[in-house]
Amino acid sequence: MSAINYNDKPGQMNAAIVAKEQVAGHAQAGSGAQAISRPPARLALPAWLGNLLLKSNALVVFLVLYLPVVILIVFSFNAARSGVNWTGFSLDWYNKLLHDGNIGSAAIKTLIVAGFATAISTIIGTMTALALERHKFVGKVVFEGVMYLPIIIPEIVMGLSLLLFFRAVGVDLSLVTVIIAHVVFCIPFVAVIVRARLADFDRRLEEAAMDLGADELATFRKVTLPLLMPAIIGGAVMAFTLSIDDVIVTQFTAGVGSTTLPLYIYSQVRVGITPVINALSTIMLVASIGLVLTSLFLQRDPAGKKVK
Amino acid sequence: MKQLDIKENRGLAAWVRRRPGVQAAGLLLPGLIAFGLFFVIPLLIVVGVSFTAKKAGTVDWTHWTLNNYVSLVTNFAGDFDPLYLNIFLRSLWFALLTTVICLLVGYPLAYFIARRGEKWRAALILLIMIPFWTNFLVRTYALQLIFRKEGLLNSLLLDGHIIKQPLDMMFTPGLVLFGLVYGYLPFMVLPLYASIEKFDFSLLEAAQDLGAGTFRTLRKVLLPLTMPGVVAGSILVFIPVVGSYVTSDLLGAQSSGTLMVGNTIENQFLKSQNWPLGSAMSLVLMAVVLLAIIIYFRVARGDKKGAAL
Repeated sequence: MSAINYNDKPGQMNAAIVAKEQVAGHAQAGSGAQAISRPPARLALPAWLGNLLLKSNALVVFLVLYLPVVILIVFSFNAARSGVNWTGFSLDWYNKLLHDGNIGSAAIKTLIVAGFATAISTIIGTMTALALERHKFVGKVVFEGVMYLPIIIPEIVMGLSLLLFFRAVGVDLSLVTVIIAHVVFCIPFVAVIVRARLADFDRRLEEAAMDLGADELATFRKVTLPLLMPAIIGGAVMAFTLSIDDVIVTQFTAGVGSTTLPLYIYSQVRVGITPVINALSTIMLVASIGLVLTSLFLQRDPAGKKVK
Repeated sequence: MKQLDIKENRGLAAWVRRRPGVQAAGLLLPGLIAFGLFFVIPLLIVVGVSFTAKKAGTVDWTHWTLNNYVSLVTNFAGDFDPLYLNIFLRSLWFALLTTVICLLVGYPLAYFIARRGEKWRAALILLIMIPFWTNFLVRTYALQLIFRKEGLLNSLLLDGHIIKQPLDMMFTPGLVLFGLVYGYLPFMVLPLYASIEKFDFSLLEAAQDLGAGTFRTLRKVLLPLTMPGVVAGSILVFIPVVGSYVTSDLLGAQSSGTLMVGNTIENQFLKSQNWPLGSAMSLVLMAVVLLAIIIYFRVARGDKKGAAL
């Protein structure tokens, strides 16, 4: 298809050689000594057929992913109280939504939890990433293992362990316990994202700043932090999303008066379908799309802009 | 005066600089406290509770027993009862099937996206990211709108005279499985894409020039070099699914064929108040997940080695 240019890519060329050896080696092993003179058996898929399969797979996946969501949005504007018959365009459900005190207070609680959880977990996660990437200390391997465990163990285990913990120490469940729980499960995600960026951080930039007379604090503030910013923002967006969407851990750690939006939706859709939930879901969908776009925008590498 | 301040600052900075141990400790302390207090200790409490006797809604620390683990495989009379065992096996089976289906659908999709031009690539990956960031509940609820008895699919099929009676799709294992795949597919595609995007596609041509067929090229060149994405995606799908209960609750309504271990644990804690049994179940679940991951890593690494030789 396209011409292969190996001249300026020695690394790729090596990889290509390895690949060639793999294929050649396999062909020989498969057919013994005669293989040298006989072309290896090949099963080639015609390119057009391969492309057709790939395209139809992609088309079906995107249809399946988006059709239910589109239907949800359409029905949030349906005048009918129940059922799937279209009886006319209406903004009633959005109006009801605005005047529903439960939903309003649940939304505010969700944002309070997400705000605190994001701020705290982003700070702690970034500090932890710095400690893990730049320092050696006793028990580092153990700490790393424990810290990444929340990503690996099922969320429900974390939720119930915190429930038992808060009961054991006699703390009443409230928004505070929800925030604590969210902070703990968000930290590893922030740490992973920030650490990935730290791993390919050019430390000569910091050395240059220090050579030019900046102290540690100034170097950190003016060089390290701005360069880490895309990853920190990425981590913060991740934490925010995890927090506002969370059902499982929240369900175990929320007290009587601390119903967040997902908990409210969960309790509603468990019982049955109401068009108000369609409207609420549509708003949340639009909010997440906005969040994705904002985070992509914020995460653009600032390196190009910073250099004046 | 001002200069003095700066000097003091520099002094402190210099003091910290000479002591990397102090820096490390300072950076580490908040994370250490957060995880020690709110993660390790709670897990230890779960272990403790799993060995206590049942007491509704609270923990009786004075009576210790192994009964909770025993009752995972026996009934009241002490005979073998596979009730919970079946639920565990079903959860593992659902998680495994979901992971495999997501991989089979997601890999070609990620490959397709990675081979588009830059603009298309950005647009398509955005289309994958939006459901990834969208509330899981909302997306599962959207499936309810379509598949429930009075849902869109049934009404379309009835209107089109394709069926006479509405189909009972809700509460079937098939629909729960579909819901799981639908919910977790983005978690598979994103890491796969990240891996495939870095792949040097000229290697495929190199392999084919050397006489390898399509499938051998994919198996021997593309797959081994994109293995990190396969491993990451599989883990990101398998773990949440094996402990999930929202999908099976909303689409399966905890009917006998769709009940997963997450539902059972949730019931022990939030309904029947049998915390010790719930604790024992969740520890077994955790052990099973960790074991599955270790085995998976072994197998994945073995594959890679085999291909490299």
